[in-house]
Amino acid sequence: MKKTFKLENLDCANCAAKIEDALKKIDGIKSASVSFFAQKIEIEFDRDENSLVAEIKKIISKIEPDCELL
Amino acid sequence: MTKSLKKQLIKIIIAALLFAGAFFPLPQMIELALLVAAYLIVGTPILLKALRNIRNGQVFDENFLMTIATFGAFALQEYTEAVAVMLFFQVGEFFQSYAVNKSRKSIAALMDIRPDYAHVKRGKELITVSPEDVKRGEIIIVQPGERIPLDGTIIKGSASLNTSALTGESLPRDVSEGENVLSGSVNLNGVIEIKTTSIFSNSTVARILDLVENASSKKAQIEAFITRFARYYTPTVVIIALVLAFLPPLLGSSLGIKEWIYRAITFLVISCPCALVISIPLSFFAGMGAASRCGVLIKGGNYLEALSRAEIFVFDKTGTLTKGNFKVTNITAFIGSKETLLQNAAKVEGYSHHPIATSIKQAWGHKTDLKDISEVEEIAGCGIKAKINNQEISVGNKKMLDKYNISEPKIEKNGTILYVLYANKLAGYIKIEDEIKPDAAQTISLLKTHGVKETVMLTGDRKEIGHKIGKKLGLDTVHTELLPTDKVTKIEELLHKKAPNGQLIFVGDGINDAPVLARSDIGMAMGGMGSDAAVEAADIVLMTDEPSKIISALKIAKKTIFIAKENIVFAIGVKLLVLALGALGYASIWAAVFADVGVSVIAILNAVRLLPYRPQI
Repeated sequence: MKKTFKLENLDCANCAAKIEDALKKIDGIKSASVSFFAQKIEIEFDRDENSLVAEIKKIISKIEPDCELL
Repeated sequence: MTKSLKKQLIKIIIAALLFAGAFFPLPQMIELALLVAAYLIVGTPILLKALRNIRNGQVFDENFLMTIATFGAFALQEYTEAVAVMLFFQVGEFFQSYAVNKSRKSIAALMDIRPDYAHVKRGKELITVSPEDVKRGEIIIVQPGERIPLDGTIIKGSASLNTSALTGESLPRDVSEGENVLSGSVNLNGVIEIKTTSIFSNSTVARILDLVENASSKKAQIEAFITRFARYYTPTVVIIALVLAFLPPLLGSSLGIKEWIYRAITFLVISCPCALVISIPLSFFAGMGAASRCGVLIKGGNYLEALSRAEIFVFDKTGTLTKGNFKVTNITAFIGSKETLLQNAAKVEGYSHHPIATSIKQAWGHKTDLKDISEVEEIAGCGIKAKINNQEISVGNKKMLDKYNISEPKIEKNGTILYVLYANKLAGYIKIEDEIKPDAAQTISLLKTHGVKETVMLTGDRKEIGHKIGKKLGLDTVHTELLPTDKVTKIEELLHKKAPNGQLIFVGDGINDAPVLARSDIGMAMGGMGSDAAVEAADIVLMTDEPSKIISALKIAKKTIFIAKENIVFAIGVKLLVLALGALGYASIWAAVFADVGVSVIAILNAVRLLPYRPQI
């Protein structure tokens, strides 16, 4: 399944790259792309969405605490 | 400027004033106080972020590294340098946010084609609703100055439309009753009533917005390279800085630990790969923005990159290089005059709506008076037979001749030939050809000057027609009489032939092209507005049906890649140079500040230069 999420306050391009890297390592994520300019995450996954979103939120807050998943 | 950016700017200005104040001859204590105040004003957020990130285990974080660098400079009593590093780091950050915001906004403005409302006629009432609430087949009214909210057909009125947001075309387009209009165009004058042909989510405007918004998720190889580079760059520089600070003194260097720590600090200041990490994606973002402004939608940075390495261009014929509408190019009469022949043919075809019939009627140019026609009969696969003033006249193809046992005259068949028979005698023929698009030949020749090695045309049409057009346009290779599966085979042959790094680009009008579009390195669909299939299957969509847009796209792609590479060479070059000089003791912290902030600013400005780029053809 493919899904796009919007991000808020993603301020640095390097953080976007770090978040993308970390997302790719999550179990059940087939591909992940973070666009700094569009402030968007696009992921393809094959697992339960709710637990995945929680995990993604945790990772984002660790790398860039100001950044939020909408 | 956003509120938080404004706040940051004010902080920077205050800190800069305090910093400048410290250069006046003042007692040392006051000077120090000014510097510390300046440092805290710009540095506090960084210090806080650094602390938080260490707690989260993010060691190689730019905030943390800047904190270490400035603390180190303070420890060495290089107070002005310490403040300068923090101050300029913030200036750089501010500039980055500003530039990014600005280009985001200008791209959003390019894409500001989303209609906010629709006036829909329901019963006798005219109500204003959101475009999403309009159903297919409803009647909407668009006033002058308003944006057309949904695709549809005009049922009343006429107007000039500004379609520039969709096509990059600046000339207004005149439309009137019966014509199709696309959502996103702006009605310049005149009130029009439109019967919608799609719901909002399927309309042109929604599809374009969707495409553009999702474009940046497909990244180019250069972008991926930079992210990989950044991942190793920072840790490497930090480790070298550590080694530089402590190893030579331990080995008994005569320069003393202070000098080595100073050199290590220059390393830390340059350790952020910001300039690259931001300017490369920004170049692609700006390149795609510039392209969409020219009416070329590119679905990802990877396609922009691939396009810049175009080696073979393969074209479909009908609808791509030719208009796909037919025109009479030759009339030959064996009996009577040419005019009579054409008039008779136009009359016989009077009731037909076949494209060929339309072209004959157009060539005749007068209203066909159908009063004296009788007994019109269509002979399937052959043509049409009718009586005009009791004279039997038939118009048709070669099979019509066979029916009357007339042998085919020897004529060059580089077009569709329509024979006209008076009773059972061949009276003459009319040649009809597909019109070549006015900018097709120029496009083919320009492709060559832009480094394309081979141009190929694939067509299902007859050999004579295909080769004639191929010659006229100056194409290298023409393959004719192909079935859709043959086209795929030909594409595969060409894919084998090209250089490993070269790209094969197929350009078609999106109809029946899906397998070929998918098989090529890049599929380009032309006249994408209105055709769902084209927008879906293609990687690049040309919004108008002009082949010359390919040149615009190619120029933008090449320029984007050039700027991206320029930034990589410049940023990495300056950083490595200053690192080397720093290690040897020739570069001061000031030079390091330039290598960090200065380089970022220059690279960003270089990338943003693409946004207003409009290639001239």
